[in-house]
Amino acid sequence: MDMPIAAIVALAAGTLAFRLAGPLLRGRVRLPPRLEALLSTAALVLLFALVVTSSSGGWARPAGVVVAGALALRRAPFPVIVIGAAATTALLRLIGVP
Amino acid sequence: MSVVFILLAMRSISRTALRDIALVCVADAIVGASFGAIAVSGGFDPWVPVVMSLIVFAGGAQFAAIGILMGGGGAVAAVATGLILNARLLPFGFAVADVVGNRLPGVHLITDETVAFALKGAGPRERHDYFWTSGLALFAAWNASVVAGALAGAAIGDVGALGLDAAFPAVLVALIMPALADRGVRVPVLTGGVIALAASTVLPAGLPVLLSLLGLLARPKEA
Repeated sequence: MDMPIAAIVALAAGTLAFRLAGPLLRGRVRLPPRLEALLSTAALVLLFALVVTSSSGGWARPAGVVVAGALALRRAPFPVIVIGAAATTALLRLIGVP
Repeated sequence: MSVVFILLAMRSISRTALRDIALVCVADAIVGASFGAIAVSGGFDPWVPVVMSLIVFAGGAQFAAIGILMGGGGAVAAVATGLILNARLLPFGFAVADVVGNRLPGVHLITDETVAFALKGAGPRERHDYFWTSGLALFAAWNASVVAGALAGAAIGDVGALGLDAAFPAVLVALIMPALADRGVRVPVLTGGVIALAASTVLPAGLPVLLSLLGLLARPKEA
């Protein structure tokens, strides 16, 4: 598998720019509250799309993620949610579910 | 260890907050280990996930970039998707600018978790201590676990048997679930998810996630 070092550095540099902009511009620029709300909703939309696309394939993995959703809905602690998902997927695979 | 010294110096942190930070470190370490293991068993050299974790330090973008490459997408798509995911760090930077300082060590620690912890603090002093304690602890936990995962992944070979590939989406679900109580967020998020799922049947990796932004058009009008 090929991951050029240039790609890693580009991702790191762009990420740093996003992180640096706020602290550098603070006091000079203020994002309008509506834009701030839109940016955070956009982040949530992207994160959920990532959940959906990285969960698909077979039955065991999506089942684990559904268990995570149910646990999160019941306000289970963070580690319980993550381990619950992995354990569900592992157990299903153990009994032969793809 | 200087990290331990800094942690000891921060007296304003409550026991409960320290416990919460430790729990999130454990959860992130599980995810970090699976990131290292998945990358190596997907065919990457061990240095790739390790270097990436040190200089990018953003789990979602790291998984997305590696996932796209393993799915046959190109390096450009991998970087673009990672950067679009990390665009949320821009408003985060504004939110925690007062406690971060405008130099390198501080800004590099801006993540979903550290911002959430910082915003829990009552005064400037507490915000500062929450941010730095969670930031340094998470940076150490994340990078150590990625190294461990990369080494173990090469030995185990099959992380699927442990269900670790379900850990990353599970962490994201845990992080975004509380925000879904707000209808103005829930509707575009679920719409975007449907769009991404439908698009993933016909489009190459990376693009369906970007297309999910169309879900923002479904935002309910503000009351």
